Amino acid sequence: MSAILEIRDLRKVYDGGFEALKGVTLDIEEGEILALLGPNGAGKTTLISTLCGITEPTSGTATVAGYDIKTQYREARKLIGLVPQEINLEPFSYVETNLHFSRGIFGKPRDTAKVEEVLRKLALWEKRSNRVRELSGGMKRRVLIGKALAHEPRVLFLDEPTAGVDVSLRKEMWDVVAELKKQGVTIILTTHYIEEAEAMADRVAVIRGGEILMVEKTGDLMRRLGRKELTVELREPLAEIPAPLAEYDLELSADGLSLTYRYDTQADRTGIAGLMRAFSEAGIILRDLHTSQSSLEEIFVGLVEGEGEAQ
Amino acid sequence: MNLRAVQAIYMNEMQRFFRTILQSFVSPVISTSLYFVVFGAAIGSRIETVEGVSYGAFIVPGLIMLSVIMQSISNASFGIYFPKFTGTVFELLSAPINFLEIVIGFVGAAATKALFIGMVILGTAAVFIDLTILHPVAMVLFLVLTCLAFALLGFIIGIWAKNFEQLQLVPLLVVTPLVFLGGSFYSTEMLPPVWQTITHFNPVFYLISGFRWAFFGVADVAVGWSLLAVAIFFAICLGLVARIFQTGWRIRD
Ligand SMILES: Nc1ncnc2c1ncn2[C@@H]1O[C@H](COP(=O)(O)OP(=O)(O)OP(=O)(O)O)[C@@H](O)[C@H]1O
Ligand SMILES: [Mg+2]
Repeated sequence: MSAILEIRDLRKVYDGGFEALKGVTLDIEEGEILALLGPNGAGKTTLISTLCGITEPTSGTATVAGYDIKTQYREARKLIGLVPQEINLEPFSYVETNLHFSRGIFGKPRDTAKVEEVLRKLALWEKRSNRVRELSGGMKRRVLIGKALAHEPRVLFLDEPTAGVDVSLRKEMWDVVAELKKQGVTIILTTHYIEEAEAMADRVAVIRGGEILMVEKTGDLMRRLGRKELTVELREPLAEIPAPLAEYDLELSADGLSLTYRYDTQADRTGIAGLMRAFSEAGIILRDLHTSQSSLEEIFVGLVEGEGEAQ
Repeated sequence: MNLRAVQAIYMNEMQRFFRTILQSFVSPVISTSLYFVVFGAAIGSRIETVEGVSYGAFIVPGLIMLSVIMQSISNASFGIYFPKFTGTVFELLSAPINFLEIVIGFVGAAATKALFIGMVILGTAAVFIDLTILHPVAMVLFLVLTCLAFALLGFIIGIWAKNFEQLQLVPLLVVTPLVFLGGSFYSTEMLPPVWQTITHFNPVFYLISGFRWAFFGVADVAVGWSLLAVAIFFAICLGLVARIFQTGWRIRD
C-alpha cells in the first residue's frame, strides 16, 4: 500500500500567536481508516482544516495523491470530502439541493442518480424535499456526510462524526464508514473515545498539544495501553484479600466492599473466568460487577510512562 | 476556471431570489408608484421642468439608481455574509475553486437581481409617464456597470462585517447619503455653489448624471467623466477584492 496523504512538518500558528500544530508529520495509507485520537484542544480540527484549505498552514507541506495542497489545490481538493465538527448548514436550504450544490462547487456535473444513491445510503431519501431546519440533529449530521460524499471523494475527513449522536445512530455511522472503506475510500476521523477508535480504525494517531505522540495499529495500541478494569462489589466487606485470590493482582477498596481487577483486553486470556472460579472457591458472594475501559487520560499517562522507561 | 462551481454558486444565490420572486417584484412596483405619487404628483405639479425635462421623468434615472445601488449592495453583502454566519463558508473554502470564481458567482447573482429590479422600476415608471430613452445602449451599460460595481462593494462589506449591525452600517451611513446627495431627485444646479463643489467629490453623482444623460441627453457633467468615474470606482472595488483574495483577510484563519 502507498500513502495517499503525506503530511510533512506541518505547523500552524494562529493570529493570536497560539501554536496549534507543532510540526505534524504523518503518512496515511490509501484505503485505511485512521483515527485521530486526542482530548479537547489537541489540534485535531486544526489539522483537518489545514489539510482541507480552511486554514492556512504557517509552514510545512502536505500532498494528497501526490498533489500539493497549496500549489495544486484544485487537484488535491477534488479528492477530499470534509464533514466538519459543527453542523454548518443553511437552515432554509433543502436536503437534495444541498447535495447538488456540493457536487457543483467541486466541479462535478449534475448527477441525480448519484445524489439519490448517496441519500439512500444515508437513509435521507425520505427527507430529500425537507428543509434542513426540519431535520433532527442526527439527520443534519448525515446531510453533512452526504454533502461530503456527493462529489465522490477518495479521502474523507470525519471530524467527530458521532458527537451528539445516539447509540443506535452511532452504530449506523460506523456501518456507513465500514461501507465506504469497502469501496476503497480512505477515512480520517477524529474522536475522543477509545472505543470508537478501537471499533472503526485500522490505525490510531494519538495527538495532544499539537503534536502526534504516536501512530500505531489499533490492535497494538490496545494491547499496549488499552486496559480494562473489572470492579466487583461484594455482599460482605473483606478485611483483606483472601489467599485463593492472591495470585490475581487485585485491589481492595477502603471500605472492603469492592475489588478491582485490571486486565488486558487484547490478551488471549483475560483471566476473568479463573477469577470467577476463585471467587466461588473462596466463598465470596458477589453483589454486582461492572467493567470500564481505560480513559484517554490514562492512555496518555501510559504513554508518558512508556517514554520514561525508554530513556 | 471551474465553471460548474461558478454556476452552482450563481444558481444557489438565484434560487433564494426565485423563491421570493413575487416579493422581489411587488415591492419595487409599490415603492416606485409611491415615489411617483409623492414626487411626481405633489412636487412635480410645482416644479414644471428641470433642464427641459418634466420633473416626473427627471427623477426616473435617480430612482432606478437609488434602488439598484441599494439592492446590489444588500444582495451581495448578505449573500457572502450569510455563509460566514451559518458556517457553510467552510465548503466554499475547501472546494477546488479560487476566490475569483466565488466572486463571480456571488457578485454576478447580486447584480442580476438588482438589474431585474431596476428593470421593474423602469417598467413601472413607464406606466406613469411618457419615457423616451435617447441612448438605450449607454443606459444599459451604465446600469450593468453600476450593478456590478456596487455588488462588488457589497461583497467587500459582507466579508468585512463581523455581525449584522456592521452589515447594515455602511449602506446606512455612507451609501444612502451619497445616493441622496448625488442628485437623485434634483439637478445639482439647484444647489448653492458650495454644495455643488462638494457634490463633485461624490462618485454617485457622476453615475446618476451619466445615467440621466443616457435617458434625456442632458447631464450635470460631461458623460465621459461619468464613465470614467464608474470605471475608477469599479477598478477600486476589484482591486480591493483581489487584495482580500491574496491575503485571505477575514475569510481564512
Ligand atoms: N481560529 C482560531 N484562532 C486561535 N486559536 C484557535 C483557533 N481555532 C482553534 N484554536 C486553538 O487551537 C487549539 C486546537 O484547537 P482544535 O479545534 O484544533 O482542537 P480539537 O483537537 O479539534 O479539539 P476538540 O476535540 O475540542 O474539537 C485550541 O487550543 C484552540 O483554542
Ligand atoms: Mg475539533
